[in-house]
Amino acid sequence: MTLLRRAVLAATLAPALLGCRARDADVVRLWALGREGEVVQQLVGEFERRHAGVHVRVQQIPWSAAHEKLLTAYVGGAMPDVFQAGNTWLPELVALGALEPLDERLARSASVARGDYFPGILDTNVIDGVTWGLPWYVDTRVLFYRIDLLAEAGYPEPPRTWTAWTDAMTRVKERGGAERYAILLPLREWQPPVILALQRGGSLLRDGDRYGNFESGPVRAAFDFYVDLFRRGLAPRAGDTAVTNVYQDFARGYFSLYVSGPWNIGEFVHRLPDLAGRWTTAPLPAPDDRYPGVSLAGGASLAIARGSGRKEAAWQLMEFLSEPAQQAAFYRLTGDLPARRTAWVDEGLASQPHARAFWIQLQSVQSTPKIPEWERIAGKISQYSEAAVRGDMTLDRALAGLDRDVDNVLEKRRWLMGAAGR
Amino acid sequence: MGRGRIDPGWGFVAPALLAIGAFFFVPVVASLLLSFTDFDVYAVARPDRLRLVGLGNYARLVAEPRFRTALANTAYFVIVGGPLSVAASLGAALLLEAKVARWKGVFRTVFFLPVVTTLVAVAVVWRYLYHPRHGLLNLLLGVFGIGPIDWLGDPRWAMPAIILLAVWKNFGFNMVIFIAGLQSIPERLYEAARMDGASGWQQFRRVTLPMLAPTFLFVAVVTMIGYFQLFAEPYVMTQGGPANSTLSVVLLMYEEGFRWWNMGYGAAVAFVLFAIILLLTLVQLRLRAREAIP
Repeated sequence: MTLLRRAVLAATLAPALLGCRARDADVVRLWALGREGEVVQQLVGEFERRHAGVHVRVQQIPWSAAHEKLLTAYVGGAMPDVFQAGNTWLPELVALGALEPLDERLARSASVARGDYFPGILDTNVIDGVTWGLPWYVDTRVLFYRIDLLAEAGYPEPPRTWTAWTDAMTRVKERGGAERYAILLPLREWQPPVILALQRGGSLLRDGDRYGNFESGPVRAAFDFYVDLFRRGLAPRAGDTAVTNVYQDFARGYFSLYVSGPWNIGEFVHRLPDLAGRWTTAPLPAPDDRYPGVSLAGGASLAIARGSGRKEAAWQLMEFLSEPAQQAAFYRLTGDLPARRTAWVDEGLASQPHARAFWIQLQSVQSTPKIPEWERIAGKISQYSEAAVRGDMTLDRALAGLDRDVDNVLEKRRWLMGAAGR
Repeated sequence: MGRGRIDPGWGFVAPALLAIGAFFFVPVVASLLLSFTDFDVYAVARPDRLRLVGLGNYARLVAEPRFRTALANTAYFVIVGGPLSVAASLGAALLLEAKVARWKGVFRTVFFLPVVTTLVAVAVVWRYLYHPRHGLLNLLLGVFGIGPIDWLGDPRWAMPAIILLAVWKNFGFNMVIFIAGLQSIPERLYEAARMDGASGWQQFRRVTLPMLAPTFLFVAVVTMIGYFQLFAEPYVMTQGGPANSTLSVVLLMYEEGFRWWNMGYGAAVAFVLFAIILLLTLVQLRLRAREAIP
């Protein structure tokens, strides 16, 4: 129970410790997260060779602590010059005033072209018409599926519509029996129901993102479809702990479909060598005939801190890491999908069997609402959809509760927008 | 000492008082004031976006189902886990102090080890023990024909699982205190009891327990305070899930304050918890005091 105390201590001490380091004039500080933080070190050597006298100091930060750490660093005046951030964090950092707008530098840049990015992904970095971050790598969710099990169920090709999808899952479940399921949708994840709602053309919030809109027709229909998957036994009511075993379970045929992201390509290849050729990826089905259905515009961006004293060098580092060659090298080191389409073409990624579905899917991705409160709202979504799936409350009550909670979360936003309008 | 002169004793305690004032009272008062505002991510950089909300945070808290859930979970943890932990500590202490016990030093160290082990490391191992299909615990239960339990995935079992882990992790500390208490009971009391023909159980009821009363009070109060601050176990093991079944008050406070940066609201949670703990501690002390009078 001392963890909290330690966290608070670290939060108060970190600015003081980092503050001393910041004085070195020729040092650009880069915060990168998790595995990317380990790997980026191998790329910056080349940057330092090209820019004599500039030294890049990489600090690696675990994903789980990164969000809190960025906020705390901002409050403590200890932000790095450049940093990696999940693209859904940008609205919050913008609200803080922690970010440097990039539009001017982007317009002047010789090597970075807006048009080379996936539009849906780039859009997550643009808030109120200003570009605050540059996509570093991209991420979206597609269907991972067992080719053999779907073929046995009469689907040699992956389903392209919700109707076909439901039919395929029903057949897989019929063949699998009580102990097997068609699709794995981890209960703690807010992404599946949100994707379905976006596919139905629903908007999760209304009136300029001032109120929740979860009881509205299309969103409700999407949640109904989602909860129905569990009600009909097509998806197991599995919490976090069962999901640690997702690879073995996929190999055993415990489930045949899984909605997941690019990080799992590498995991599936390495962990399930025996399953090679019996699984692949496909873009998501659509509720109508406009295949593929949209998915989420995820990924991580690079951004410059507004308080940085080394903005020019920081921008040069961002430009360097955005070069197609570096993006390709980064992909080879991490498996993270490049943000630049040129890098996809150069690497032949667009035609690789497992990555191809991502290439197609990334052309139709959509951002979640770009407001600072989104992460909280996402937490509420998973809380209420889990309650509805477990049968703790009816779907109508869950969505009403969700709208009420989201309205409460957005109260301050409404007040600010009202104050701005006055 | 003349009137109007300052007691020189103040000079001696001044450094300590200053330190306590600067690092304890000022932050406490600041966070109390914070709890009357809606300080959040919008207000960090722009003080003009800060609103005084009076008791608004507290009113919101009372109305929020998640807070009630957290309160109920924490109460569950304290009411079940607290006595269990104290009982385990006392049991272990009695066993170690028994005349026939051997290797006392070794066992004392072994029982104390979980207390000093990092929780994160412990949590990794316990996650394996609790695994629904490959965990040791379910394997053992399977021997007795008990079906597999999804310890950390089932809302009904997650809290018992956390309690089991917390009791195992913490009982060693109170055990050491009980051992000290047991050792301070004079041997002659037992001799006298035996001469009066008291059985082992009677000796325990009439000699050991009454003599341990002050130790008991200390252990009970400290355990209750500690258990009310349940945080690290669910933070590492379940993140408050599944379905909020292990969400504790401190975890809620941490989420509001550090994850969502709703510092005002988080501070309100902290003060409600403080009030509850203070109240229950006073009640406990009062009860014990009344017991001691006759």
